[in-house]
Amino acid sequence: MAALLIEGSNGPWEIVIGLEVHAQVISRAKLFSGAATAFGADPNTQVSFVDAAMPGMLPVINRICVEQAVKTGVALDARINLTSVFDRKNYFYPDLPAGYQISQYQQPIVGRGTVTIDLKDGSSRTIGITRLHLEQDAGKSLHDIAPHASHVDLNRAGVALMEIVSEPDLRSPEEAGAYLKKVRSILRYIGTCDGNMEEGSLRCDANVSVRRPGDPLGTRCEIKNVNSIRFVQKAIEYEANRQVDILEGGGAIAQETRLFDSAKGETRTMRSKEEAHDYRYFPDPDLLPLVLDPAWVDQVRGSLPELPDPKKARFIADYGLSPYDAGVLVAEQASADYFEAVAKGRDAKAASNWITVELFGALNRLGLDIDRSPVSAAALGGLLDLMTDGTISGRLAKDVFAAMVESGKDAMTVVEEKGLRQVTDASAIETAVETIMAAEAAKVAEYRSGKDKLFGYFVGQVMRAMGGKANPQALNELLKRKLAG
Amino acid sequence: MFLDKTTVAKIARLARVRIPEADRDRIAGELSNILAFVEQLKEVDTKGVAPMTSVVAVSLKQRDDTVTVIGDRDGILANAPQMEHGFFVVPKVIE
Amino acid sequence: MASLTTLSIAGARDGLRAREFSALELTQAHLAAMAGARRLNAYITETPEHAISQAAESDARLARGEARPLEGIPLGIKDLFCTKGVLTTAGSHILDGFHPPYESTVTANLWRDGAVMLGKTNMDEFAMGSSNITSYYGPALSPWRRPGSAADLVPGGSSGGSAAAVAAGLCLGATGTDTGGSIRQPASFCGIVGLKPTYGRCSRLGIVAFASSLDQAGPLARNVRDCAILLRSMAGHDPLDSTSVDRPVPDYEAMMGRGAKGLRIGVPKQYRVDGMPSEIETLWRQGIDWLKAAGATVRDIDLPHTKYALPTYYIVAPAEASSNLARYDGVRYGLRVPGASIDEMYELTRAAGFGAEVKRRVMIGTYVLSAGYYDAYYLKAQQVRSLIARDFATAFESVDLVLAPTAPSAAFAIGEKMDDPIAMYLNDVFTVPANLAGLPAISVPAGLSADGLPLGLQLIGRAFEEDMVLAAAKTIEDAAGFSHGPGGAR
Ligand SMILES: [Mg+2]
Ligand SMILES: [Zn+2]
Repeated sequence: MAALLIEGSNGPWEIVIGLEVHAQVISRAKLFSGAATAFGADPNTQVSFVDAAMPGMLPVINRICVEQAVKTGVALDARINLTSVFDRKNYFYPDLPAGYQISQYQQPIVGRGTVTIDLKDGSSRTIGITRLHLEQDAGKSLHDIAPHASHVDLNRAGVALMEIVSEPDLRSPEEAGAYLKKVRSILRYIGTCDGNMEEGSLRCDANVSVRRPGDPLGTRCEIKNVNSIRFVQKAIEYEANRQVDILEGGGAIAQETRLFDSAKGETRTMRSKEEAHDYRYFPDPDLLPLVLDPAWVDQVRGSLPELPDPKKARFIADYGLSPYDAGVLVAEQASADYFEAVAKGRDAKAASNWITVELFGALNRLGLDIDRSPVSAAALGGLLDLMTDGTISGRLAKDVFAAMVESGKDAMTVVEEKGLRQVTDASAIETAVETIMAAEAAKVAEYRSGKDKLFGYFVGQVMRAMGGKANPQALNELLKRKLAG
Repeated sequence: MFLDKTTVAKIARLARVRIPEADRDRIAGELSNILAFVEQLKEVDTKGVAPMTSVVAVSLKQRDDTVTVIGDRDGILANAPQMEHGFFVVPKVIE
Repeated sequence: MASLTTLSIAGARDGLRAREFSALELTQAHLAAMAGARRLNAYITETPEHAISQAAESDARLARGEARPLEGIPLGIKDLFCTKGVLTTAGSHILDGFHPPYESTVTANLWRDGAVMLGKTNMDEFAMGSSNITSYYGPALSPWRRPGSAADLVPGGSSGGSAAAVAAGLCLGATGTDTGGSIRQPASFCGIVGLKPTYGRCSRLGIVAFASSLDQAGPLARNVRDCAILLRSMAGHDPLDSTSVDRPVPDYEAMMGRGAKGLRIGVPKQYRVDGMPSEIETLWRQGIDWLKAAGATVRDIDLPHTKYALPTYYIVAPAEASSNLARYDGVRYGLRVPGASIDEMYELTRAAGFGAEVKRRVMIGTYVLSAGYYDAYYLKAQQVRSLIARDFATAFESVDLVLAPTAPSAAFAIGEKMDDPIAMYLNDVFTVPANLAGLPAISVPAGLSADGLPLGLQLIGRAFEEDMVLAAAKTIEDAAGFSHGPGGAR
């Protein structure tokens, strides 16, 4: 059950959510200027005269930004508009140097598309994409350097953004989170946005309203610029409850723009509809309509990698994975690739388990991405191989893996260095079994009198005596034979 | 009269140009005259006519994704009325 | 040789190469003339050091036999062109103290070809005007006076300082920009030649924008040949201007001599506006006869939407201007008037920094783009603009050039026509259509009005056929034998 209904005093309320995602395009230079886009530079060191809106400066579009938008449109299964138009969105703000943002209004580069979201219960839903357009980012205003002044850094001014607008198809904070995760995953797969919400390369505005199920859409509020998936979910939850409280109290929702205060977990008014901007959009006369060659669009279409959804389907079909495990593995291209490298010629389910449980657990603890994993796919594969050929037991494998994470060494090296090689030699095991049986004569008698539950106890004792290195199968057979007398 | 002084105040606010109360009536009159003049366009039948998007019959050129601008902070800030620590400085913005 | 300041550009070029005088002498003669004519207020900023160092460089090149096309030619530069390290004001208080850290492409092209910058010429604020009275730096005056009158006349606008400087011998040629007639109308008022090239022929990079879809740079000079010479250097593709067109720049000077033989000239009926002075009508007829005599055929044509050009212009241009001028906010350059809040700072800065006409147009432009009015005004105007462009396209199927007056009157005195913005806007009635359609057009002096002031005729051509426009203009120039100057015959 994905849709979350808020129980009101006389019947449930349905939450209706549409998201606007601003995704920073991966490119070396800005959308309309030759200044660099790198994050974290000193203030105003990556600013061209165009970005600073110096008099007489003019925009020239970056071809890669166009390509990235088209790629993203194709990945969102969306219509690519062969003619699109750049418009000026006019408003005054100190980090908007020209007094207008170059954006796309009536004719965006990408039209309707879809995204399939995966929910915790294993179900999926299709969410509509309204459009994707290209636009410039603004600069950054810092309000806390001095008490009576704001400081403006234009490094980010002019960096290309894709604004991806969803239909109001989402019905719960969980769905909103799943949508953001999926969009982020797709963008990262195709390399059009790094999806880093902390650095602001992915930002989200949420349009939230509530209604009685089956009623027309209610009045919505827009929550601006929320910078983590968790906060988006919290903001939606707070906002929906706020609206339900107002409506149940006999009030009406005022259409407005709100801010999410992550410290307080609340949304608050930023500006009302009355003071809303009048953006005076009109086509930017410094730019001509952007016309794409259909053959080039097809070429871009053909260049896309396998996307998360088809990859997930393939993992389920070809490797026999559960939808859940397949979903976890395909979320990032890197983990999917890692999995396939490990699974090749090996037991795929074992590979999946080791990756999703042991490896992800270790990476999480270390705060590392899979790209920087101390255990490479080849190394993990090597570990699996040692289990298969009986060099080590499954029990020991976990210790070996821990040592591999620690040292970055491969499985065989760890086994050799620590002398963890499994003992399959029957005489060595026999000696150990006999020693234990001699020491535990009373328990042997109990066993023989019918208390077969004690078998596990003997296994444990012998294993301990052998430092865990006994081949479990050989040990089991020998012990059973010896105990039988 | 197309525009009254309230509308003048509203446009002045949108355009961020302060127009003193005392001047608003006069400006409303001037702007109204201009609007009356351009109103002639209403006579023209433009049904099905595409608005002009560009007078030059070429499509938009695209540049390569190369960084061509070496950050010239001094040049960017050289004309700034107020700057500090490499930032432009403005009166406090309250959100 | 009468005087170094009365030479044509072609003549100065020959004299320099023949070492009859040096570039330094030529420049100094102009600097002296400028100093003696400050009453005209033609220059906002004089740049003598700049000029002298460029002239010295030119002399060195001339001595080495490495002269570039405009080697040592002293020019005035409209103060709308950004010039690196040199105050650039656009005639506005709001660009107070602005020294661009970059050079406009057009001026860079001129320096590349060896030209010398004498200074930055006066202009209507942000190029909005037809009289040069809206300059924050005070009006430029025409060097012309009505015979027997001491009344100061306007040089026209917005490139009024450039036109006055060229006419008064304060430079050999000048740059201008033409959004609705701002090169051609002052050229007509000052008895010189002014050419607005095809939109996209000259780069707009580094030119302070007024109305981006209409603005185009071009030359003002004392004869057609000089305009051809200047245009060749100014024009060319600029990868940093998305609306600049990638076409080779022809040798206009070489092509100018083809004459008017065989050309088909169209005379638009709709340009016979109510109340047109008969002397304008007469001059127009005279132009027709000159072209016929030179072997052209002349016919009446229809440009049915002509009447709507001005109202269209007065929506499109202010709309674009309102957006283009939003960057003057007191944050990064120019004037700042302190305020307690950011919005107060914006409002006070822009109230103090913009003059009345600029504010008027910013307000109109803001209004026509605002919610609920866009379709009725801006969209409608851009549709009518398509019809105006279509009128020309149709006409150019049967004619090669359009002949019309440049302006509905001769220059007027400072103080006349000043109180009614619409009366002032009507100055542009014949020039605006070419901007709306992006076509090349020239004004060439063709005669004197009854009260002894110059009048220009205008030729409009097909896109990128400046060569044909120049050739026909040369024919009129030769036939008219216009030899009047502000101080009498030159
Ligand atoms: Mg938005
Ligand atoms: Zn946006």
